[in-house]
Amino acid sequence: MTLSVLMPVFALMTSLLASVVLFALPEKGHRLRTIINLAAAILKIALVGVMIWGVAQGREYEAAFTMVPGVEFVLRADALSMLFAGLSALLWLLTTIYAVGYLEDSPNRSRFFGFFSLCVASTMGIALAGNLFTFFLFYEMLTLSTYPLVVHRGTTKALRAGRNYIIYTLTGGAVLLFAIAWLHGLVGDLRFQEGGYFSDIDPSMQGPLTIIFVLMIVGLGVKAALVPFHGWLPQAMVAPAPVSALLHAVAVVKAGAFGIIRVVFEIYGLEAAKDMGLLAGLSVVAAFTIIYGSTRALYQVDLKRRLAFSTVSQVSYIVLGLCLFGPVGVAGGLVHLVHQGIMKITLFFCAGNYAETLGVHRIDELDGAGKRMPGTSVAFTLGAFGMIGAPPLAGFITKWTMGSGALAVGMDWVVAVLVISSLLNAAYFLPILHRLWFAEQCEPWPHERRWGRLETSAWLLWPPLITAALMLVAGLIANLPFSPLSWAELIVAREVAL
Amino acid sequence: MTLWLMAGLLFTPLAWAVLTLLLDFSKGRVVTWLGILVQVLVSLGLWAAVASDGGFLYLLGGWQAPLGIELRVDGLAVTFVLLTALVAAACGWHASIYLDPGKPWHRYFWPLFWFLWAGLNAVWLGGDLFNLYVGLELISLAAVGLVALGGQADALRAAIRYLMAALLGSLAYLLGVALIYGQFGTLSLAGVTELINSGDVQSGLTFPLILMLLGLALKTALFPMHGWLPPAHGIAKSPVSALLSALVVKASFYIAARLWLDLGGDLGGYALAQLIGVLGSLAVIWGSWLAFRQAKLKQVVAYSSVAQIGYLFLLFPLTWGVTDAISQQAQQGITLQVVSHALAKAAMFLAAGNLIMSVGSNRVDALAGVSRFLPFSLFSFGLAGVSLMGLPPTGGFAAKWLLLQASLASGQWWWLGVLLAGGLLSAAYVFRVYRASFIEATDTDQFYHPSRSLEVIPMILALMSLGLGLVAEPVLSVMSLPFEGASQ
Repeated sequence: MTLSVLMPVFALMTSLLASVVLFALPEKGHRLRTIINLAAAILKIALVGVMIWGVAQGREYEAAFTMVPGVEFVLRADALSMLFAGLSALLWLLTTIYAVGYLEDSPNRSRFFGFFSLCVASTMGIALAGNLFTFFLFYEMLTLSTYPLVVHRGTTKALRAGRNYIIYTLTGGAVLLFAIAWLHGLVGDLRFQEGGYFSDIDPSMQGPLTIIFVLMIVGLGVKAALVPFHGWLPQAMVAPAPVSALLHAVAVVKAGAFGIIRVVFEIYGLEAAKDMGLLAGLSVVAAFTIIYGSTRALYQVDLKRRLAFSTVSQVSYIVLGLCLFGPVGVAGGLVHLVHQGIMKITLFFCAGNYAETLGVHRIDELDGAGKRMPGTSVAFTLGAFGMIGAPPLAGFITKWTMGSGALAVGMDWVVAVLVISSLLNAAYFLPILHRLWFAEQCEPWPHERRWGRLETSAWLLWPPLITAALMLVAGLIANLPFSPLSWAELIVAREVAL
Repeated sequence: MTLWLMAGLLFTPLAWAVLTLLLDFSKGRVVTWLGILVQVLVSLGLWAAVASDGGFLYLLGGWQAPLGIELRVDGLAVTFVLLTALVAAACGWHASIYLDPGKPWHRYFWPLFWFLWAGLNAVWLGGDLFNLYVGLELISLAAVGLVALGGQADALRAAIRYLMAALLGSLAYLLGVALIYGQFGTLSLAGVTELINSGDVQSGLTFPLILMLLGLALKTALFPMHGWLPPAHGIAKSPVSALLSALVVKASFYIAARLWLDLGGDLGGYALAQLIGVLGSLAVIWGSWLAFRQAKLKQVVAYSSVAQIGYLFLLFPLTWGVTDAISQQAQQGITLQVVSHALAKAAMFLAAGNLIMSVGSNRVDALAGVSRFLPFSLFSFGLAGVSLMGLPPTGGFAAKWLLLQASLASGQWWWLGVLLAGGLLSAAYVFRVYRASFIEATDTDQFYHPSRSLEVIPMILALMSLGLGLVAEPVLSVMSLPFEGASQ
């Protein structure tokens, strides 16, 4: 009983307390900082693991208290929140390991890791939020805790990117707050609930509910980088590699996508959202974003920028999946939340390795890097193939599930979008792979560093290898219990109520 | 018991004011620490007493109004008493380390500080219009003196300007009081309300109400009468600025709010309520914009006060002609805004004082590198900023949420735009400071590091402002307690 209340609180507190301790540590205490970081990350994985097991058994974890008159603060673990919490806990550990290696010998590490933990605490809160109010609370906390990470370098470019980031996200937040407050005024405090609330509504409510839906999608779409609200994301690439990895794989863009999932499934209800004609509009926006992001990625010469536009495109797969309105298609969208996270974090880790080890930032400088850094390049190659959707990698599972889901409900045009997008993915990833493996190195590396006999620091090498392996495993065991796909199907069976 | 506590809150500060007048700075400091301890304990005691037994109305000395002194305490009053105790304790503690004992005129800080505290408590606990006036004057004179303590010619000029505005405001208020007295023959707020409710309201009473509100709005620096505030708050010593922004402007607002809630329903009107709301909105927009444009750090914070005070005036339209539930919601939102702004702004001024002391310049540009070498003070400043922006989970957010709900429920949706735009505008000036601090200017630490206590005090205040949002419910439940009845 009490444990079921305390578990979600503990899961949130591990990173929150870690953040406070990390801020308090003196700048020089590197070893202690690393120990605290890793201990907190491992503890959190354990806590989330226990909750995942419990949720699978049908146990409930919930903590709630009244915060402001009429509004509750609710932390709750259900199948959907565990999907996101599991991803965030796992990738936090790997990104922490990576960041320790990446930031070796650089200043401001105390500040960096403090905000880093705060950022993970926010994602945890977003995952565990049991109503819109609590969700919003952590959604804004995420904005604030990521700003110092984006401007970490303190250069003019970083500060400009930070300013744009904050303008986009805070404006989005204000729009979202307006929508949440309005909805609250209309119908009161709504907890996330399977099947949503609006399956049979008064026709007079249709107008306001439609406007609120649009406002919510706009507010959440800023973080999910839906076109035309994606402008901040490619600029935010000036942040250090672990930050980009986290921003793109778990934290910011996923928070937006996860919020859209919550609103569609558990506030409006999939059925009601479709009947009100809301999903049709959303699917068009998502499809356009997929194509647009991939097309823009083609023209980028900077590796991280190309990956950024790829994120713009890939995150909208999740949104498009929701609009497919059948158990299979929806599961395809949900599972992409995890799959995209693992694949994209691999790619960003690798991009960071090239930059740190060889000083390479541009794609045309990558010629022959496969020979110099085979481990990193293998991981990158797997990630790229995963994005393209080659079997048996995780990305293939997503595209296959979504495609068959689309056909099942007669939305054939979605298959066309998936095919075009895959072709574009191939068009922007294959040239990179060609340069890595088949081109000859013609110029010396711009800024090379050596770490003994390994191709790069072990702290930097292992995380991408592990995530690449996870991506392979997620594809291979997709049908076993506790695989991302099975879990997504569990969510659909339990919570979506089709 | 409650009466003794209330009397203690009024007379202890007066006694301490006289006592510290006789001592030099260092001795005054020790005596003050003791006094602060007493005041905080008594305030907590009163808060606990009201939380358990509800509010009271006392006629001090057994005299009936108009001659007697009427004291009343309810949830709202006791919340402000406790807030004053917390903020004043923090500012007094900070000042005792921050002020240079070597400057002879600094010894007057302590008596002025105590007179100010006495005046504030008199306003929170006063029940009749004339004693409220006395409290208000005590506050104004003490505050002007504190501003003048800055010492330079600029400080004196700002103090004189402040004095003029304060006197003019008091005059308008007093004139209104005199008209009310002429009409009703009583100065007790409760008495006037009773007479109005009994039915024989006479026309022409709206004028004295407007006159009083006008005077109080001038003292609260409502747009467009805010011109005196930024110079005074910007030039004063940081602990003084903190006291002025956090508490002093709230005193006149408190009286205006009490007047409005007791008399506004009958004497005010829709147009008047909306007009005040519009002026408040303009203050939010204009104040934030000017805060964004300031080159000096403390001026940014001072103009931010103009903007934040603007929100408070939404009380007027949101409580006029609406149901009790909506009015209650609006009152809770405004009170929460007062409390969270007081904590956050005090934290911000104290942190700004530390930062200025460390970098040796008042300019925002000079903050480059602060994020690397002075993270603690910057962090306090930042947390306070989060509350001012109204982002969760701070008290500022809880206040904004309640005001949004009240605006929606009363159908006055136009205030929603003000609330949301105001949040974004405040983000603009707060993030401008963050941005400056993140620039990496030097590789070596050339900053002066203030003592640990100086850094900790603003952090405590900022954390209280942050935590207020999480415990808003219990705080509001005490805040909303009405008077339980009268006793001698």
